[in-house]
Order: sequence, then C-alpha cells, then structure tokens
Amino acid sequence: MDVLLFGIAKDIIGKSEFEVPVDDTPKSVQELKEYLIKKFPDFGKLSSFAVAVNSEYAKDDITLNGNDEIAIIPPVSGG
Amino acid sequence: MNKKIIEIVDVIDTSQVFTELSDAHSGGICVFVGTVRDFTKGEEVVSLEFETYKKMALKEMDKIAIDAMEKWKLNKVIIRHAVGLKKVEAPVVVVGASSAHRDACFEACRYLIDTLKETVPIWKKEMFENKTVWVSAHP
Repeated sequence: MDVLLFGIAKDIIGKSEFEVPVDDTPKSVQELKEYLIKKFPDFGKLSSFAVAVNSEYAKDDITLNGNDEIAIIPPVSGG
Repeated sequence: MNKKIIEIVDVIDTSQVFTELSDAHSGGICVFVGTVRDFTKGEEVVSLEFETYKKMALKEMDKIAIDAMEKWKLNKVIIRHAVGLKKVEAPVVVVGASSAHRDACFEACRYLIDTLKETVPIWKKEMFENKTVWVSAHP
C-alpha cells in the first residue's frame, strides 16, 4: 500500500511516498494512523493528522482497499 | 462565462479579478487578496513556499464555492491559490464574489477565505534567515 505525503509529513518520513509493507497493511484509516504514529512518533506531535482516501477526507472507520489513493493530510495552512 | 473559477496556479495576476467577477446583474464585487508578510512573531520572513495535493485541493475549493453559492445569492465566485516559492508582498490567494447587493458578496468573501484556510490541502512553509517552519504543523 502506497501513501502520498505532503508538507511536514514528507519531512517526517523523508520522501513523498511511503510504501507500507504487505505484512503491516492496515485495514482502516484508524489502523493506518496507529501504524504511522508507532513507526514515526513525530506524527503524534502534530496539531492534527488526517487521512484522505481517493482525495476526500476519510473518517477513522473507513475501510482501506488496495487500489485506493491514500494520502496523509498534516495540518493545512493555505491562504 | 463560468459562474465559478477554481484554480491552482504558479503566479497570480491580481489585475484579472475584476473582469472575471464582473457581471451585469451585480451591483457589487468583493475580493480578498492574501499576500506574503515580512514578519512572523517578530522574526523576519524571507519567503514562503506553498505546496498542495492538487487533485484534492481543487475538489475542496469547489465544495467551498458551491456552499457559498447556496448560502448567499452570488452571481460569480472565484477561488485561486498560488503554489511554489513566493517573495514578500507577492499575492498568494485571491477569493471573491459578485452579487446584486453588497452584503452577500462581503459575507461570502470572508467565508471563502476562512473555509479555505480550514479545509483545503495546501501547506505553507515559512523561510527565515536560518530555519524553515511548516505553518500550523504543531500546537
């Protein structure tokens, strides 16, 4: 599963895409967040930490499928 | 002509916006331009760098424009954001609306920029003399 990274999320992992190893593949948004915070504790320090599935904000209980486009949305700061 | 203009661009030309929002049924046009400020919390900002998740940002901007058109009677709406490296004083965002009477476009304009700042996936990095900071990343 590939996860797109933007802003500070890109700096935390050190690249613009992160591949979650097959054995760790999360089934839901909640599981993905838990996995990333465990592996990269800096995610837990952000003011907010959202996930987008197919370019829409996704709630924690949303199920993830192999062909979804998944992105980490750190605190936005446009304008 | 399009009722709404939703764009992410490299460079904003603020001189276009009057023509873009001008409308025979409108008695008023209200525009907000966000620009690069030279100081944050007493420290000199050299430039700002914006990046976006473009596909999602355009969707979110479109939702904001549609919501505004439902809340107020607007003739035209624009939401245009710039990305890339921006120097002090450069325009980075333009939002605006035209309407028959001024109340609607004034209120809508504030809603457009306030909501954009809350929901649109665009990120701003402040570049100081000897450090860079992702704005709002930490509490």
